[in-house]
Formats: sequence, structure tokens, C-alpha cells
Amino acid sequence: MADLYFTDEHEWISVEGDKATVGITAYAQEQLGDVVFVELPEVGSSLEKGAQAAVVESVKAASEVYAGVSGEVTAVNEALVDDPAKVNADPQGDGWFFKLTLSDSGELSGLMDEAAYKSFVEGLG
Amino acid sequence: MAGTPDSSSDLLRTPLNELHRALGAKLVPFAGYEMPVQYKAGILKEHLQCRRSAALFDVSHMGQVRISGAGAAEALERLAPLDAQGLPEGRIRYSFFTNESGGILDDFMTTNAGDHLFLVVNAACKQADFARLKQAMPGGAECELLEDRALLALQGPKAAAVLARLDPSVAELGFMKAGQADLGGVPAQLSRSGYTGEDGFEISVPADRAQALAERLLGEAEVEAAGLGARDSLRLEAGLCLYGHDIDETTSPIEAGLAWAIGKRRRAEGGFPGAETILRQLAEGPEHRRVGLLPEGRAPLREGVELSDGTGHKVGRITSGGFSPSLERPIAMGYVLAALAGPDVGLNAELRGRSVAVTTAALPFVERRYHRS
Repeated sequence: MADLYFTDEHEWISVEGDKATVGITAYAQEQLGDVVFVELPEVGSSLEKGAQAAVVESVKAASEVYAGVSGEVTAVNEALVDDPAKVNADPQGDGWFFKLTLSDSGELSGLMDEAAYKSFVEGLG
Repeated sequence: MAGTPDSSSDLLRTPLNELHRALGAKLVPFAGYEMPVQYKAGILKEHLQCRRSAALFDVSHMGQVRISGAGAAEALERLAPLDAQGLPEGRIRYSFFTNESGGILDDFMTTNAGDHLFLVVNAACKQADFARLKQAMPGGAECELLEDRALLALQGPKAAAVLARLDPSVAELGFMKAGQADLGGVPAQLSRSGYTGEDGFEISVPADRAQALAERLLGEAEVEAAGLGARDSLRLEAGLCLYGHDIDETTSPIEAGLAWAIGKRRRAEGGFPGAETILRQLAEGPEHRRVGLLPEGRAPLREGVELSDGTGHKVGRITSGGFSPSLERPIAMGYVLAALAGPDVGLNAELRGRSVAVTTAALPFVERRYHRS
């Protein structure tokens, strides 16, 4: 059973052991509107916690996706390149961005769980 | 955005604000107003709705100005290079206020409404435009900012059929012509014009009747509400300039490819701000020209991205860019050195540290389908 974590930049991180899958939340895709382009990190690259990991562009604007935890990229969701609308249709499923091998699972303790993220979003009005 | 209040409580609201909320609009600050950037359908669907059927936009934030009396047309001509005195009754012309260096202070539409000239100016510029007009008016002329009127835009290939259901006389109105209509009991001043590249109408109505008319139009099967997001992507596909981005105080009408809007008599006589520079550029050609740009790949290139030639020299800059819902690819507009302004010229842009190939292209990207009677 995977554990689900959230960042205050509206990314979700699903963790099983030291493997993590990262995407943007339903709230984030709602705020962005129609996604028309996704730029993904390179497989094999190392991401530092807080560094830019991907770019997601809506009709209106470009937004950065940050690495909520540090690790090495093991896979990216190539399907988003041809069909970026998957991010809107299923942000926390088919619309995932990339997978990581965690380099420091201790970083997870600084993230929110689902209930904490839900109240965080409600607090944004 | 400069001058934009940061608290939503400071924002002005149009007469359709309650309707926007009821329709689930995402409201954003724009030119001091709280405006719908999109509704529930989203920008892509709203854009395609306008191209395929009809879309209703609230553009009540724009300035509606009435000038009248002896010398009003002459005074307008001292601020802008249009032939206001020669504008036939019921006709509409596009023009721009210019400054002494030949730049553009705002672009606007002028209608000869018979006993007055009716202007529609950009929201962000309307107070400055009004002050400029008021100062230019001679003693016998009047200038009024119409704050008790709303402005709706019904745009798309089905717009005329929908409006004709309310007033059959609408069908006879030609492109860039204006007239009065009775839209289900609402007295409206109609202009067959728009900002989408489609056939359509801009509809000026009393503010207190705007919601009833909007609800009536949205009740027609062909019509859906569309926000400022779709309005922007539609005008970009149609190759139309957005003030403050593609044209501003530093770009001349000649560089912007807007020489067609300068009246023949005004070219001969001058007498508008910056005439010397503008008419010289018209004769000799400008240094830069506005062009369409097609980025390779799927990543949109947006305003501010610099363009270089094959040797790495800076040759221009993107002024508007985004994703084209009709073409399903990124498109942009910008200025390049005049020698590189022909179509199919290969250029480079830098995006997030890597080089993207860009090709110049003729405008518009999507064929304009204005009504031809």
C-alpha cells in the first residue's frame, strides 16, 4: 500500500518503499486550466528537493513543478507529451509526471498527508 | 500588472458580474475590473465554441465614449490618423491614438452614429483616452464617457442567425457597419465587428438591461459564455494586436502592419501626433515589422522571448504567444528586423536554456471569416 504525501506547491507524491511517483494535484490542474504542454525531467537525472523538476503550460501561462523530495528520476510519463490533457482528466492517476528513487526518505516527514493538504487548500479560499 | 488593485474588494465589477458568478466563472483582476478569464468549460472549449458556433463575451470593462458637436471630428483627427470627417454614417473604422514619436497610445473603434461619434477604447487606457479627448475638444463639442452602458460581444459563425431571431433587421447589417436594434425589448446599438476573426457583433446596451439580454442569448442553443482567455487565444489566431503587448508607446503603426488603418487624406495631409515619423516609415519602410511566428514542437513561446538569427545575433522579440486551440500547436507574434520579416524565415528562440527553432509566418494563422454582404 502506497503512502500519499502532498507539498504546499500542489504536487502529490505516492511512496512505496524508496520508490516515489510524482504529479500535480486536482486543485493545481483546476487552477491551471487546460494543460497544453508538459516538459518532463530526463530519466537518470538527480533532483534536489525544492528544485525545478518539470514545467506545465496551460493556454494562459507556464508553471513550474518542483521536486518535493530529492532523488534520481527512473521514469517519466511520455504519454503526457502527446496528450497533455491527461493532466486535467486524471491528475492523480494517468496524469502522473515522473518516478523517483528517494535519496532521503526522511524528507517525507516535512510533507502533508491527504487530510492536512485538504485543509491547506480550503484555507486558500 | 501596474495599477491593478491587489485586493478583490477594490476591483470594479461589470453589470454581468453576478451572472459570471452564477455561471461558475474563474474571476481574475484585469485592468482594474474583476473579469471572467474562463467559465466551467475552460479556454480550449470556449475558443472552439466561438470558431464553430457562437460565444458570448462580456467586454463591459472597455470604454464607451461619445463625442459630439461642432469640431468633434476635427479634434479626434488631431489625436489619431483616421479620416473621422469622411466616415460615412453607420460605418465603423479602426484607428489608434499616436504620440509625438509615432508610437501608439491606444487603439480603438470609431462609429459615425449620425449625431455623434461613438468610440470603443481599451479598458486600461480609458481614463487617459477620455482625458485626452476632453482636452482636445473645442468649446462647442462634448465628450462623454458612457458609464451606464454595458458591452457584450456575440461572436462566431452562428452569431448573426441567433441575433436575427431577436431582430430580423440584424441580418442586413454589413461588416464594419453599425445600427440600432431591438433585442427582445432591449434597445441596443449594434456593431458588426469583433476581436475573434469570426463574424459577430458588439452590442452596447443600458447597464441595467445587460444581464437580461445575456441570459436571453445564452438561452439559445448555439451560444455559450466565453471568457477573456478564449478572447485572447482567438485574437492571436486571427493575428490581431493586443494593446500593451503587440502595440504600445514604442511601436509605430507602420512597424505593427497597421498602415491600412491610416486614412488616405491623412497620409497626404498629416496633422496627427508623430505624423513625420509615421509617414516617413510608410515611405521608406520601418526597421522592424510585426510577423507571425511558428515555434517548432509543442512548447508555447510567450511574450518577452528573444529571437536570434543563425549567427546568434538578436533580431527580434515575441510580443504575444501561446497555444492555438484551432491548430493544436503553439503560435506567436512579434517584431523582427524588416529584412527577416518575409514568411518562412528560420530563427531561433531560447526557452528554459535550450534553443527552439522558430519560423516566420504570414498572419492571420486562422482565416478570418468576416461577413461579406
